[in-house]
Amino acid sequence: MFQTGKTKVALLLEALEKSYGKIKALHHLSLSVEPGQIVGLIGPDGSGKTTAMRIATGLLTPDNGSVRILDIDPFIRPRQAKELIGYMPQRFSLYPDLTVSENLRFFSDLYLVTKHDRIERQERLMKFSRLGPFTNRRASKLSGGMKQKLALMCALIHTPSLLILDEPTTGVDPVSRQEFWNILRELAEQGIGILVSTPYMDEASLCDNILMMYEGRIIGTGKPEDITTLFPDKLLEIRDIDITEIKRKLQMKYPTLSVQRFGDKLHIPYSDEEQFETIKSAVPDRTQVNPIKPGIEDTFVALMSKPNITADYISEESG
Amino acid sequence: MKRILAIARKEFLHILRDPRSLAVSILMPLMMVLLYGFAIDMDLKNIRVGVLDFNRSAESRSFINEMVSSGFIVESARLSNRKEIEPGFRQNKYRAVIIFPADFSLSLVKDPVTQIQIILDGADGTSAATVANYLNAVTSRINLSYAKEDFGLDILPIETRTRVLFNPELRSAHFIVPGLAALIMMMICALLTSIAIAREKETGTMEQILTTPVVAPQVIIGKIFPYMVIAALDATLIFLVGKFVFGVPMNGSWFALAGYSLIFILIALSLGLLISSVAKTQQVALIAALMITLLPTLLLSGFIFPIASMPAVLQYVSRVIPATYYLEIIRGIILKGVNWYPRMGGILTGMSLFLIILAIKRFKTRLD
Repeated sequence: MFQTGKTKVALLLEALEKSYGKIKALHHLSLSVEPGQIVGLIGPDGSGKTTAMRIATGLLTPDNGSVRILDIDPFIRPRQAKELIGYMPQRFSLYPDLTVSENLRFFSDLYLVTKHDRIERQERLMKFSRLGPFTNRRASKLSGGMKQKLALMCALIHTPSLLILDEPTTGVDPVSRQEFWNILRELAEQGIGILVSTPYMDEASLCDNILMMYEGRIIGTGKPEDITTLFPDKLLEIRDIDITEIKRKLQMKYPTLSVQRFGDKLHIPYSDEEQFETIKSAVPDRTQVNPIKPGIEDTFVALMSKPNITADYISEESG
Repeated sequence: MKRILAIARKEFLHILRDPRSLAVSILMPLMMVLLYGFAIDMDLKNIRVGVLDFNRSAESRSFINEMVSSGFIVESARLSNRKEIEPGFRQNKYRAVIIFPADFSLSLVKDPVTQIQIILDGADGTSAATVANYLNAVTSRINLSYAKEDFGLDILPIETRTRVLFNPELRSAHFIVPGLAALIMMMICALLTSIAIAREKETGTMEQILTTPVVAPQVIIGKIFPYMVIAALDATLIFLVGKFVFGVPMNGSWFALAGYSLIFILIALSLGLLISSVAKTQQVALIAALMITLLPTLLLSGFIFPIASMPAVLQYVSRVIPATYYLEIIRGIILKGVNWYPRMGGILTGMSLFLIILAIKRFKTRLD
């Protein structure tokens, strides 16, 4: 999994451990990002995504384990490592009272970008992000999507080799989200390695590689098209107008059944035809019950409830 | 250097973009020096004194005339019996009452010692003491004239002749304005910078800055620059107000004053940054900055209470308060015209370096 061939790995995290007091935030976390690759960290709030990213940027020190950015240890040579990383924290963290170009100027100065380079890059980034018309607008007056694009531009002004983006599209409208991901894809094509976290499962399918995180562990990993094969069972979908009532009845009758609701649908894993028929007979005749292919979210939910199995899976992979 | 300038530039923009804070940081010191300058006026003028004269003679009248002739004391009430004394104090009609006994004029002729009584309002101890001193002075002046009349004596054996240097009229503004300058500069500077880092921690921008290759000294020094300009402006305003509004003379060199003031400003700004890099939120930082600067500077620097009359422990404490030295220096420059203070200047420079280094050391470049 962590092959180091001709090109250096953009980011390599190995066996990270981190605790906050008694709470263990990361359990033996390992991951790698190749140049030109978009790696998505998905998982609910509190699963350790932000902690992992802060350790990768050198903002937090791990209790154990190692970090390499293009073979550089950020805790031994922090300055060199920082030159290579572009980071976008989860919270909007540019200066709202400064304009778009003042924010860019500030960060380019901190990275000692020359004036010539700055002007050229700013022009290119503005065109690229289509923030051009808003150069002199204060950051506080930008829309959510534009703010995130500006933050990305500030993280790119020193032409980093690795981008670490902590939930960059949270709270951004769907159109801007799409646009943002298009930009990420273009950046990856230029050879930048990207580690991005997201709570949106649909965005996971836009990554090259997905890491599912839960309670500080990686519970599943794979390409978006493959990762659903980790789903341990078969899956059926129930559609009905009164889905709440059906869910309640099913859970009363079969307390061990894992029933997940997705809008007006229920997803239930089952092991064999016999169980399928049992479930089907338990709901009214009008109700549609169909076997379906599990999605990323189904896989996540299934793996989340079986941490031991997937933990073994990970150690086989990395060992 | 470029990084320091980038941070200074950004901090300048923050200040300029927030006109309200800018106005506060310029107008507040001005308001303070005007308000305090007028309020903390320790010169007593027009002190009201009540008179209870049971004697009603030419002698008692001449005593009263002598008393009010200087303008420090005015006769504000004429009482007719002792029962009226207390209510008058309660209604603040006077700060003191002078009582002439019925046999005052007779006793002057007959007895070796004649008594008059003075009753003071202890609720305002400072004024009471001043009134007592003043009335004693009046009494001895009158004594002298009786001595001359009755015994042909021209002089009393010992006479003190006091001459006050540097502030001949003992105008309190002359030593209060320098004190105010120290107090206000300390407070405003520490308050200005105390939120400078805490704000970035609170809004999350610190997280972004820390992922850039910038290091602690660059952040701290970059942040001091812009506030130094504002503080220098404040100091200039305070001293100009002192000179032109309160009539404080300037006997020393403006350059010396500016030089020592800049060192003092640097101390206060670094102290604010130190607080800011330790505090988690802006509010905590602000309150801490106020607590640490206001009371010690006000009470222990020799601004109001002379250090020599403090308990030994507090005298030691006063030695670590920067304002103690600064105050002595600027009073010296302004009133005495002495411009060179190698020892105290050295102590202040040492303090400023110590605080800057401490602020840099305490500035965390990690989030944990």
